[in-house]
Amino acid sequence: MAHEHKLAIFRGLVKFKSNTQKIWGVLIFLTIVTAVEVVLGILKPESLMGQVLGMKALNWIFIILTIVKAYYITWDFMHMRDELKSLRRMVVWTAIFLILYLIFILLQEGGYVFDVYKDGFIKRDF
Amino acid sequence: MSTTVVNTGTEGKTWGGATKPLNASYGKMMMWFFIVSDALTFSGFLAAYGFSRFKFIDSWPIADEVFTHFPFLHGVNAPMYYVAFMTFILIMSSVTMVLAVDAGHHLNKAKVTIYMFLTIIGGLIFVGSQAWEWGTFIKGDYGAVQTKGGNILQFVDTEGHRVALRDFVVAEPHADRTQHERKSGLWFVSEGTLPTYTVEEVMHGLEAHDNVLVRTQIINEAGEKTILSRAESLKQIKNNGKVVVEGANLHVNEYGSPLFADFFFFITGFHGFHVFSGVIINIIIFFNVILGTYERRKNYEMVEKVGLYWHFVDLVWVFVFTFFYLV
Repeated sequence: MAHEHKLAIFRGLVKFKSNTQKIWGVLIFLTIVTAVEVVLGILKPESLMGQVLGMKALNWIFIILTIVKAYYITWDFMHMRDELKSLRRMVVWTAIFLILYLIFILLQEGGYVFDVYKDGFIKRDF
Repeated sequence: MSTTVVNTGTEGKTWGGATKPLNASYGKMMMWFFIVSDALTFSGFLAAYGFSRFKFIDSWPIADEVFTHFPFLHGVNAPMYYVAFMTFILIMSSVTMVLAVDAGHHLNKAKVTIYMFLTIIGGLIFVGSQAWEWGTFIKGDYGAVQTKGGNILQFVDTEGHRVALRDFVVAEPHADRTQHERKSGLWFVSEGTLPTYTVEEVMHGLEAHDNVLVRTQIINEAGEKTILSRAESLKQIKNNGKVVVEGANLHVNEYGSPLFADFFFFITGFHGFHVFSGVIINIIIFFNVILGTYERRKNYEMVEKVGLYWHFVDLVWVFVFTFFYLV
């Protein structure tokens, strides 16, 4: 391995001079994202409590920010950015496909069980 | 004697051997594939957590009300600050790890040593914090009453602030029974610690304090737990109260659905186990670095491989943090 690193993040918007500098840059970005999550989690702004696609808007924001963090950890800390496209796709697409499939099935089923309980076939309120 | 030479007809081609088609060494590639499979294990756990949560979507505990403690700050309501701190520690140790990998690329032994050391320290702080978090969770704070139907009833004052059992319940001096131990009866029968109070005593305490109300598990439209009226509170405890719950274990917990504590122990425990084994592996590699093993090899790829594992542990925590503490 020639240890060559791609030093641009945000699609080339921010370019770093060295790999070390990029690491610190990504750390600052991840810290900001975590801070935003914590602040939102504590304040819970009323405007974000509306339902979007079956979940609170705030929860969608948390999930999206988490995926953003995961992207930068994988791409820059684990150097996925520097790997060949084939290795990258082998690892990332497999995981993402299987995980989405599993989540869809289990959450669907969970919602169904909730309805069964709610419609009164099983008494839980005692 | 003639020799048989078998040609595969693929010499010189991408998959004909002696090349690295994915431009990664065998070890690194296998680490990636291990990470994929481990990621699927964790998503299995988190998806199962999601399943249970969707199943009890209208009565699941609210994380902000469960994780409110910060070490050395007693009685201060500090939701999430400590987990946020833990997250930061882990991200920080990820950074020192990647700096160690970078120093390894430059064959800089001194720097690799320092950064590996800092990574190990970060990992130990994280595991310690998790132990503290578990301790606080198991010990509990306010206490609650579990009903015959398995629901949890908590107590609040008229303004909606939580009230601990110890603030309004008086334990009667002549408790009717003591904890059964193996030495005092059948040797094969034992039981766990008895709660400090009985449901009867809680009932008396509730009757004596007009300002204490019962809060059920059910989440109302405003996203808060339902608070019962004074009359309903007394009725609930009297008719349905079964056991007093203090803290959490695998059968019951004072925060709500038993599944909540089960998943908490299972998922954060499994993650903590990963961090712990990561620390052990890091220590082994750390000593190898000091001994100069990789210096002689002129190659610090081992550091890179444990680095991948360590970042993965951080990656999982990012998701656990979101799904357990934020969402």
